[in-house]
Amino acid sequence: MIGFVARRLLQAIPLLIGVSLIGFGLMHLAPGGPLAVYTLNPTIQAQDIERIRIIFGLDQPIHVQYVKWATGIVSGNWGYTFFGGRPVLDVILERLPATMLLMGSALSVAILLGLSIGILGAVRRYSVFDVLATTGALFALSFPTFWFGLMAIYVFAIQLRWLPSGGMWELGEEGNILSLLRHLVLPTMVLALVITATWSRYSRSAFLEVMHQDYMRTARAKGLPPRQRLLRHAFPNAAKPLIALLGVELPFLFSGALVTETIFGWPGMGRLFVDALNMKEYPVLMGMMMFTAIFVIIGNLLADIAIAAIDPRVRLQ
Amino acid sequence: MRAMLGGVTATATLPRDAPAASPEAPLLSVRGLTLHIPVPPHTLRAVDGISFDLRRGETLGLVGESGSGKTLTAMAVMRLLEPPLSDLPRGKVLLEGRDLMRLSETEMSTLRGRALSMIFQEPMTSLNPVMTVGRQIAEPVVRHLGLSARQAAARAEEMLRLVGIPDPPRVARAYPHLLSGGMRQRAMIAIALACRPSLLIADEPTTALDVTVQAQILDLLAGLQREMGSAVLLITHDLAVIAETAHRVAVMYAGRIVEEAPVGSLFAAPRHPYTRGLLASIPLIARERPETLPEIPGMVPGPGDRPAGCAFAPRCGRALPRCAQDVPPFAPLAPGHHAACWNPCDG
Repeated sequence: MIGFVARRLLQAIPLLIGVSLIGFGLMHLAPGGPLAVYTLNPTIQAQDIERIRIIFGLDQPIHVQYVKWATGIVSGNWGYTFFGGRPVLDVILERLPATMLLMGSALSVAILLGLSIGILGAVRRYSVFDVLATTGALFALSFPTFWFGLMAIYVFAIQLRWLPSGGMWELGEEGNILSLLRHLVLPTMVLALVITATWSRYSRSAFLEVMHQDYMRTARAKGLPPRQRLLRHAFPNAAKPLIALLGVELPFLFSGALVTETIFGWPGMGRLFVDALNMKEYPVLMGMMMFTAIFVIIGNLLADIAIAAIDPRVRLQ
Repeated sequence: MRAMLGGVTATATLPRDAPAASPEAPLLSVRGLTLHIPVPPHTLRAVDGISFDLRRGETLGLVGESGSGKTLTAMAVMRLLEPPLSDLPRGKVLLEGRDLMRLSETEMSTLRGRALSMIFQEPMTSLNPVMTVGRQIAEPVVRHLGLSARQAAARAEEMLRLVGIPDPPRVARAYPHLLSGGMRQRAMIAIALACRPSLLIADEPTTALDVTVQAQILDLLAGLQREMGSAVLLITHDLAVIAETAHRVAVMYAGRIVEEAPVGSLFAAPRHPYTRGLLASIPLIARERPETLPEIPGMVPGPGDRPAGCAFAPRCGRALPRCAQDVPPFAPLAPGHHAACWNPCDG
């Protein structure tokens, strides 16, 4: 077990190097650069821009820039923002709580709801409920998130005036839990919609596959009541693909939702990424990419360990 | 007989003589069991009005080729058919006088595993892979007999010992994937018999197993049956298994029982041409080997081409004109020996 974890973490190193190389390369391939904003400003001279370029080290060849950045990452110095000069790690960590709150509530609501809908749909296959759930899920999955976001704002914030349209607090109410919860509802709803749809489809097919296995027939032949068959026999077997899905979704908890956070003005990681992208804040973008990549690796590792804990046939090797 | 049949090379000592006919009512009495499955534009008469009785301590072999309806019969008796088939069976299934067909699913679930149990053809997949063997045996004990988890675990080990598994405490803690096919089938038998049911349905219990293991499992079943006094409905396509284990045999063809007799009488003097054909197609070790094994010409009729009369008529060498028109009655030809045939073979 410890050997397995150690081996997997070692395997993660070349993976992270690959991710960083590709990320770094792609970022520099994009036209423009962090200094492009200055070129539109008539009060800034060309020499000034050149001086800033030298200060930031942007005049050096790209591989030199990469090595400098990578040494920094390993030693814990993730670099400084171009605009403001703040440590990148601080900038990221400061956005983390808001994102974890939003994603945590959206994921928990969505998983609970999606799992229930999926199981019920599998148990009552082709029933009215199942057909409605399937249609609803396809609907939720085929419309873009921003459309749901705008609709939610239009209906609940503008027409009904029940909930605020964006932000995390009312001005002057920072720290007020009630205000926070009111701001949390709409983005959670919109985010949860799509995740619920995914989970209902996954859990429906996972349970359908399990429910026609021979051991489920054995459980019936033993006279076990439906509830016990579902919870004790079907669930542990159906859980494996769902745990894998959970492992894949874990990074979202830390990386946030680009579209939803932007629409609702939620000060989380997703919006930080969009802002950094607009400003060509290479250090922030690279920092966030590495941050997410690390959680992708951790998520999959945890999923593998959990699956091995459930299924005695799976060995961690 | 046993030495002659090729399928099983057993040294089994198995009950050959049926228990003396008792005046008491049969344990299981199936009357007019029917399962007609709509397969547009036809109706598949998978089980077509079959009736049979089973007494305590008796083993009835239900034999027939694939698709003859024997497994569906068993599933209907257990009420284990899943939708869309679950509502289709008609007829009566009386267990100790109680019609199982009229029970609710909840009532039925209190009987399954307690009054009647079933073991299946596929020991490799019939056990839950993520639950220990001991717990899977203990489950019905807790459910039906109300034992505590600790008592049920002890009962599970006792059952494992009873079905001849070495080192029961270790196996009880093991997961199914560590056991061989034969061991898993033993574990399945332990589950099925854990509450001492009066009826055990064994659907092809040895088909997926090695020949040597087959004989062991059949021995085990017969021994446990004597010990517990259960009735066994043994479903198989293998006449050698029937010869080993059953007291009486019912031969199914295309959803109907075409012949029923004590095992000795059926093997010595089969009366229905289909039964005769089945017996002739078994390779016999003692017999001179013909170049080709005799086989029954033709195929089992599909739902669309089934004749109005005897379903076997199109393949039958003894068919009379009326065979295609009228369904032959299930008539006694000798004591305890019935066949549904207009032109039965000589006794």
